Amino acid sequence: MFLEIKDLSVKIENKNILNGLNLNINKGEVHAIMGPNGCGKSTLANVLAGKEDYEILNGKINFKDNDLFDLNIEERAQEGMFLAFQYPVEIPGVNITPFLHSAINSKRKRMNEEEIDNLSFAKLLKSKASDLGINIDMLKRSVNTGFSGGEKKRYEILQMSILNPDLAILDETDSGLDIDALKIVTEGVNKLKTKNNSFLIITHYQKLLDYIKPDHVHVMVNGSIVKSGGSEIAAEIEKDGFQKFQ
Amino acid sequence: MNSETLDTLDSYSKNKYKYGFVTDIDNEKPKKGLNEDTVKFISLKKNEPNWMLEWRLKAFSKWKKMKEPRWANLNFPEIDYQDIYYYSAPKGFEKKPKDLSEVDPKLIETYNKLGIPLEEQKVLAGVAVDVVFDSVSVATTYKGELEKLGIIFCSIGEAIQKHPDLIKKYLGSVIPAGDHSFSALNSAVFTDGSFVYIPEGVKCPMELSTYFRINAENTGQFERTLIIADKGSYVSYLEGCTAPKRDDNQLHAANVELIALEDAEIKYSTVQNWYPGDEDGKGGIYNFVTKRGLCAGKNSKISWTQVETGSAITWKYPSCILKGDNSIGEFYSVAITNNFQQADTGTKMTHIGKNTKSKIISKGISLGKSQNTYRGEVSFLRKADKARNYTQCDSLLVGNKCGAHTVPYIDSKNNTAVIEHEASTSKINEDQLYYCRQRGLSHEEAVSLIVNGFCKQVLQELPMEFAVEAQKLVSISLEGSVG
Repeated sequence: MFLEIKDLSVKIENKNILNGLNLNINKGEVHAIMGPNGCGKSTLANVLAGKEDYEILNGKINFKDNDLFDLNIEERAQEGMFLAFQYPVEIPGVNITPFLHSAINSKRKRMNEEEIDNLSFAKLLKSKASDLGINIDMLKRSVNTGFSGGEKKRYEILQMSILNPDLAILDETDSGLDIDALKIVTEGVNKLKTKNNSFLIITHYQKLLDYIKPDHVHVMVNGSIVKSGGSEIAAEIEKDGFQKFQ
Repeated sequence: MNSETLDTLDSYSKNKYKYGFVTDIDNEKPKKGLNEDTVKFISLKKNEPNWMLEWRLKAFSKWKKMKEPRWANLNFPEIDYQDIYYYSAPKGFEKKPKDLSEVDPKLIETYNKLGIPLEEQKVLAGVAVDVVFDSVSVATTYKGELEKLGIIFCSIGEAIQKHPDLIKKYLGSVIPAGDHSFSALNSAVFTDGSFVYIPEGVKCPMELSTYFRINAENTGQFERTLIIADKGSYVSYLEGCTAPKRDDNQLHAANVELIALEDAEIKYSTVQNWYPGDEDGKGGIYNFVTKRGLCAGKNSKISWTQVETGSAITWKYPSCILKGDNSIGEFYSVAITNNFQQADTGTKMTHIGKNTKSKIISKGISLGKSQNTYRGEVSFLRKADKARNYTQCDSLLVGNKCGAHTVPYIDSKNNTAVIEHEASTSKINEDQLYYCRQRGLSHEEAVSLIVNGFCKQVLQELPMEFAVEAQKLVSISLEGSVG
């Protein structure tokens, strides 16, 4: 099993957010989690990425034969986990190019791969950026600083394509995107998809799923998954909302 | 920056203070302590003319009547001036070596450890270096090329011998000996430092650079630097320093004077990395520096850029006196304090002329149990019509045992003056750390990246040669207190 979440319960500040959540993801699969606001979708993303604000009450997560709780945030990232943030934070003064260059090399180091040099990295970055229709000038700017919402999301996808993760978690990447930006972002994801990587797409609306076809759709309510199936579930939600799952 | 230099930088980015080695050179010293004989000994050793000795003695008599300034937010024990050596020169240096082969190989070795291979630097970096080791200038490169343009770049000692008119006219003209006790002390016992004169209309084609290094135990460093940019000239000067590890506190009281005449510009950059003391606050340099620039002529400009990461105590306010109409003063500063370091640093902008402008960008970063104070004074005199100042002070706290303080003084006697002041204090942002780590950077790398970003506005003012080194230094200075 590639990612196995077993009976996961998590709380933050005395509030239970996840309650006995189970989820299995195989290599090459695209999973979508849908749910109403406050159901714990983003918590799940952050717990997977290793954010330290949460208290794990119960459960196990296995990722690529590692006990995920043995790895800290950066080790998980270096093992190939990528989180596209819902609200990417601005880091003023930190230029995108060296930032991503350090990121890719820390991953390569862990994998005992040779580090990529300045020149090759610059080439890689340029080609990936042009694939995503990102202006080269954007690469001269500081991380997320002064970016519009759409630019931030597109830039998350650029980072994803550079780091080429085994498991990419997209936390409400569609929120705040107009239809053109949504197309660019989802095209980027579709280009990245291979037999060897997996996606966990967290979304509130099914609009995103018109562009990325999931293999599995899960409905999450009150911190656990209440229904799983194919893309027909997304259509069901669009028609009737989350009401009937609660 | 050549590869060897980068390697050296890499190797010292590992941990702690890697410059804690001491070169074993036979030092010739006078006795400890400070009295008229000490001043005479120094003057004699340096073979100075009588007028210079008299100048020193006058300063000394002023010093005797003065007390150390104690208004800064700094805590340090009484300095015992009688327990300090005031002159230390490697033997045989009364006669200057003609080239590097005449220099004690151990000195050269020290420089190599510091990552400043002179020969390579000459070829690769195009930087002329006037290296100060202990108190005597060892080697000056690129002299010939500069001479062709009429630029004088030599030790202050040599300038006293060869350019007495310039020295008599300008030495002490911006920082009078009696300004305060450290300037009086420096004036009495300064041993070496640099002298630069850029003739009218000449743009100095290369960065001029001096590396300082304290070596002999208990030897205070009293450097004296004087830079004069004549009408319409330009010069960029770099000063960087590191010191070997010592347990005893070492006193450092340098004086730097800059004079910019009409339409002239001086850019002065410093990377200061004196030994800061250990994790328990033991040892480290006491750095009491006076730096002041005079924009004497119309349209002149002086800018100070400093990266202060070292020293147990930093007391330093590079200032500008904006006398000429339309003259500009700038101050860009990054001050990082870690462990038990204390820094009280900032600037003074004195607007005298019409339409004078000043800009202050200060970034303070405090870690560990350190205290970091920005102290700045902006004043507008009566005739400073339409003068402007912009001040931005940002403080970043890492951890919860350190302190950041901002003490701005503003004094305006002219109601056409425009003053803008922005200040912020923040803790290192957890969301930024999380974001960086999610991309695979370690906690320490993430902090270093974020802090470097915080300082960027200042670091980008540094010449290229320094910028890389400064970024590394910023990262090194953050080590040990993160997590």
